[in-house]
Amino acid sequence: MAKGQHKSPDFLKLQPFGQVPAFQDELTTVFESRAICKYICNKFPEKGNQTLMGGGDGGLLSRTSVDQWLEAEGQSFIPPSSALVFQLAFVPMFGFKQDPAAIEQNEAKLANVLDVYDCRLGESKFLAGDDFTLADMAHLPNGHILVSKNEDLFMSRKNVGRWWEEISARPAWKKVVEMQNAPQG
Amino acid sequence: MAIKLHGQPWSNNTVRAMTVLNEKGLDYVLCPVDLRSGGHKKPEFLALNPFGQIPVFQDGDGSVFESRAITRYVATRYKETGTDLLSASSAALETWLQVEGSQFNPPMFRIIFELGIKPLIGMSTNMSVVENESDKIGKVLDVYEAHLAKNKYLAGDEFTLADLNHMPEIYILSKSAKFDLIDSRPHLKAWWEDISARPAWKKTAVSLPF
Repeated sequence: MAKGQHKSPDFLKLQPFGQVPAFQDELTTVFESRAICKYICNKFPEKGNQTLMGGGDGGLLSRTSVDQWLEAEGQSFIPPSSALVFQLAFVPMFGFKQDPAAIEQNEAKLANVLDVYDCRLGESKFLAGDDFTLADMAHLPNGHILVSKNEDLFMSRKNVGRWWEEISARPAWKKVVEMQNAPQG
Repeated sequence: MAIKLHGQPWSNNTVRAMTVLNEKGLDYVLCPVDLRSGGHKKPEFLALNPFGQIPVFQDGDGSVFESRAITRYVATRYKETGTDLLSASSAALETWLQVEGSQFNPPMFRIIFELGIKPLIGMSTNMSVVENESDKIGKVLDVYEAHLAKNKYLAGDEFTLADLNHMPEIYILSKSAKFDLIDSRPHLKAWWEDISARPAWKKTAVSLPF
């Protein structure tokens, strides 16, 4: 992306908005990370973790609960958490000055969202119900960076802290973190 | 138990839910939530949506918040009733459902909130937000324009939930001075004219205050 490869004609054929990620298999191309996740779950219903989209005994309502909390993630968690990730991780990386007002505003917004999560996670093991689902998983990328920069946001809330430790300890997530930390070849 | 939709007809998110219910020909009761008096922050409402936001959908089986989770639920639960709104490949449907939520809606909502909703709820429009967001959304709409030049509907040959989820915001925009954002792009314009001519949409539109 530093060389603008995401705006090259070849890449724009895969992802017309010029953003990462884009997924390709033998059948098709998919973009938008949550769409990619759902596509993979739909394509491989018998493989690995089979409750990522809910369903099973819980049927449609269990799937709807996953949709609901995934929407909450996209609409309520992502805007302030992405703004904070940008300020706390990317701005220093590129050598620019952080914006303290943006940090304060977005921490306050995120705090309100995490208060709702804390309540929910006091009644429910995971966001959508008893099982780990896409709704929890979607929080891992931004959560990982936020916790490394300011662990208080998550860990000062008892239920959010418990949930975060559990979801970030999953072997599949640890594998992703290892890949992120590996030297780029 | 009858279907209940808690919300307001001036709320684009509530209208999204109303749209899918009308597409499916389902009867429902719109239960107004008085935001001015903090109805959405009362314990009874927070029990339905802990984020204190409208809409909330209830039927005999359960309660759902987040308008896109509501439209997905109704489209799936009532798949055999009325139009099948999920008739597309998983890849195309999931992609364009997400594109609406993450690319189209954030800037579009800010425009229509300023131009269409604020005047209805006694707040004043901030034109610099409108101009800023209109610039941003241009690039997104160019992608839509190119896509709709090759596809009749967003997810393929049939009208689906991916198209439906765009309707409230575009309708509110169509009542504003910024409709040229759509009108000036021939394929977007044709697509909007097609989907807004649907009888179920006309039924929704006449009940709205815009």
